[in-house]
Amino acid sequence: MPLYILRRVLYVLPVAIGVSIICFLLVHLAPGDPLTAVMPIDATAEQQAEMRRAYGFDQPLPIQYGIWLWKVLHGDLGNSIATGRPVLAEVRRAVGNTLILASVATVIGFTFGTFFGFVAGYFRNSPLDKAASALSVFGVSVPHYWLGIVLVIIFSAQLGWLPPTGAGPDGSGNWRPDLEHLRYIILPAITMSVIPMGIIARTVRALVAEILAQEFVQALRAKGLSEWGVFKHVVTNAAPTALAVMGLQLGYLLGGSILIETVFAWPGTGFLLNAAIFQRDLPLLQGTILVLAMFFVMLNLVVDVFQTALDPRIQRS
Amino acid sequence: MAAIADALTRVPVKASRGYWTGVVARLARDPTAMVALTIILVIVAAAILAPLIAPADPYKGSMIRRLRPIGFPGYPLGSDELGRDMLTRLIYGGRLSLFIGVAPVICAFVIGSSVGIFAGYLGGRINTLLMRIIDVFFAFPSVLLAIALSGALGAGIFNSIVSLTIVFVPQIARVAESVTTQIRSRDYVEAARISGAGPVTIVRVHVLGNVLGPIFVYATGLISVSMILASGLSFLGLGVKPPDPEWGLMLNTLRTAIYTQPLVAALPGVMIFLTSISFNLFSDGLRSAMEVKQ
Amino acid sequence: MSMIRESDRSRIATLAADPQDRGGPGTSLLSVRGLIKHFGRTAGLFSQRRSVVRAVDGIDFEVAKGETLGIVGESGCGKSTTARLIMQIIVPDAGDILFDGEEVGSHALSLGEFRQQAQMVFQDSYSSLNPRLTVEDTIAFGPRVHGLSRRTAIARAHDLLHRVGLEPSRFAGCYPHEISGGQRQRVNIARSLALEPRLLILDEAVSALDKSVEAQVLNLLLDLKEEFGLTFIFISHDLNVVRFMSDRVMVMYLGKVAEVGPAESILALPRHPYTQALLASMPSMDPDNRTQEAPVSGDPPNPINPPSGCRFHPRCKVVATLCAHSEPAPHDVGAGHLAACHLANPESGHPRLAAA
Repeated sequence: MPLYILRRVLYVLPVAIGVSIICFLLVHLAPGDPLTAVMPIDATAEQQAEMRRAYGFDQPLPIQYGIWLWKVLHGDLGNSIATGRPVLAEVRRAVGNTLILASVATVIGFTFGTFFGFVAGYFRNSPLDKAASALSVFGVSVPHYWLGIVLVIIFSAQLGWLPPTGAGPDGSGNWRPDLEHLRYIILPAITMSVIPMGIIARTVRALVAEILAQEFVQALRAKGLSEWGVFKHVVTNAAPTALAVMGLQLGYLLGGSILIETVFAWPGTGFLLNAAIFQRDLPLLQGTILVLAMFFVMLNLVVDVFQTALDPRIQRS
Repeated sequence: MAAIADALTRVPVKASRGYWTGVVARLARDPTAMVALTIILVIVAAAILAPLIAPADPYKGSMIRRLRPIGFPGYPLGSDELGRDMLTRLIYGGRLSLFIGVAPVICAFVIGSSVGIFAGYLGGRINTLLMRIIDVFFAFPSVLLAIALSGALGAGIFNSIVSLTIVFVPQIARVAESVTTQIRSRDYVEAARISGAGPVTIVRVHVLGNVLGPIFVYATGLISVSMILASGLSFLGLGVKPPDPEWGLMLNTLRTAIYTQPLVAALPGVMIFLTSISFNLFSDGLRSAMEVKQ
Repeated sequence: MSMIRESDRSRIATLAADPQDRGGPGTSLLSVRGLIKHFGRTAGLFSQRRSVVRAVDGIDFEVAKGETLGIVGESGCGKSTTARLIMQIIVPDAGDILFDGEEVGSHALSLGEFRQQAQMVFQDSYSSLNPRLTVEDTIAFGPRVHGLSRRTAIARAHDLLHRVGLEPSRFAGCYPHEISGGQRQRVNIARSLALEPRLLILDEAVSALDKSVEAQVLNLLLDLKEEFGLTFIFISHDLNVVRFMSDRVMVMYLGKVAEVGPAESILALPRHPYTQALLASMPSMDPDNRTQEAPVSGDPPNPINPPSGCRFHPRCKVVATLCAHSEPAPHDVGAGHLAACHLANPESGHPRLAAA
């Protein structure tokens, strides 16, 4: 088994390299010379040439990639053009906020999702199933940024119970787990949890229905196993896949948080991305995307290994 | 004995039907799918017929009649932040929203299916290589990839279609490869090879017909995601540019109105939601209709 | 090695008039030598122990023109793999396959030409038919690939449908899901005949059918064989069916030939302990003749790590030390009957021979 884990880790390497290549190429995808993004408009020709050499834009592409990769591995993601601060520092600050938001959203989504999924799977084709299924379809079909706006309209503009934007009373500061900040996370987290909830509910429903329909469950019942026993059995069988899906959803939320964070002005990586795009702050854009993508790759790996550890069938291969 | 001999030459009960005829028939009996399809057709029809049915000019605003509520005389669904009629903007908005939502899926379907079927049929090293490359794209969450590409390419309709196509091609290719690999090992494909047919003929006659169906169902399921993402790009300012009407963009520009005219501000999102959920329900119905064991 | 029995001479005479015949009555239609196929996992990243499946590990046999060779064995013995190797669906690792005296895939006989003369009927009647094609289109596919016009191909399809007992006016436009298992298998047979082959390989072709339907299809096959002058290789795990259909029988075990020879000889007087066990394990119709003890002990074979020496030795009732060290070659015990067992060879040195 440790050999299998080692193999999975090694398989990740080419993917990680591929991801880094794509991130690197993003900057060069942008129309126009990448140099124009980092330079003042009135620079002279000599200044341009100097900048070009300084940034290494005069080298062939593979070498630029090599230099860039070398720097990245040493923790140097360049500096933000807008603020001048190191990209890594900016990202590190923002990642924390996004992680907190995404985690809370995942937990909410997972809790309600599994609940609805279980109900739907256990009581297949009953009105409860239809209701739960409807909710999960709703979850995956609703544009979450719109849902966020609607919730703000209801709970903030109309009722005034919850704040519309920000992570805390002092504006764009970081979120802290204390009473003051609690109100700020509620709406964004709920909005964010809707899609994972829908997906997890759908997955769990299918899983539960499939397990219950399997013949050995009927055999267990025939042997006199109580409903509670059957339930425990279903849970054990469904848990690995459900948890794996949850892990993946967390990854998607981390990567896709930009829309919600824009709606709620949440100071996370999504918000950072937004700023980077509009200021054409390419180093910041590149660095943030790289970090988020790597997070996702690592998360996938963890989920993969975790699933293997729990599923004896895969282990034997 | 006579009974057995009779059974062997017994005529099949119903007249012979093609596969798709059966699918359509089953679909017609599914109320949810039919309702969803109707909604889709209405929205599409409205978008196509926009110049004929819209009451006003989508670009013409009025500074004195900004942000009027729903039901205001002359503005059945209210007016937006520049005084333009909401009903008109929503109808015209459907054109662009549908376009940027559906076009990427169509492009990705063509490209992704080709790649996936190619890889799936050939198998071996070529398959592994292609799938590995696709895995790299899967290493990005879709939203992130879409935004990264859009951010790099710049705003605009064409760019956002390109980024979304790039996001969806790997997904469709993976489904295509998976289905093709399954079909490829079926006995009837082996029998076709034994008859001496070349790979192109086999793919054309035996593989395509059996593979395009599941891929198509998957693609229709993608449309709802695509619409939400495409409108989301416009919401962020990366897609359609003002003053063109598009639902996601309208949501963005109306944000300031949530305190004064919340209902009007929420309307564009209602359209996105309605379209998306209809495509989703229709796609689910289509999948059920196609999955019936024969 | 020519195995033509007296009773076949008349059949051979009609074959001599066959325009496709190249080698004459003395040449076997199919001659297989040293056929080997191993499936293995070669290096991946950090590959685990190399688990090589020795599906077919060196077999030789002949099929004479106009006869039916039955191949029997348990799952994992390699009979289906052999079928696919002959048809070249799977590429052999080693071995020669001669069709009517010419090497398959060579200049004299290209793969395409071979494929027109040898066809196969598969076990699963449903998955061997494209669910999207009508019965007539399925049958007409092969001829069309070889250049026939659509009209001619469809006409041939209708003719074949008639010959296999399915009325074209009713069945030609049907889809596979609309007809029964037995009818589908008839369609499969019709399809296999569409290219006018000389050799037909039937891989468990009736195993999935109900018994009554199976009998009908078997009789149909015999009629068609007579009518078209075909040669059959009939693969099955069911000894009764093999007995009914075959002129000669080949028993396979773990990728090797255990015994081969005329059907009556093998089934009445089996010389290989495995064949003996197979026959003994068939339940008798006579209620007084009950099988008291299990004829074969031990675990079913695993083609990944076959036993040393004679592959059957761990389960053999008459095993000796010799058997674990040395693999017996097929030995002629008379009248074209060969058995790969030390006991069949008087010079092998098996202890029980001395006692006899």
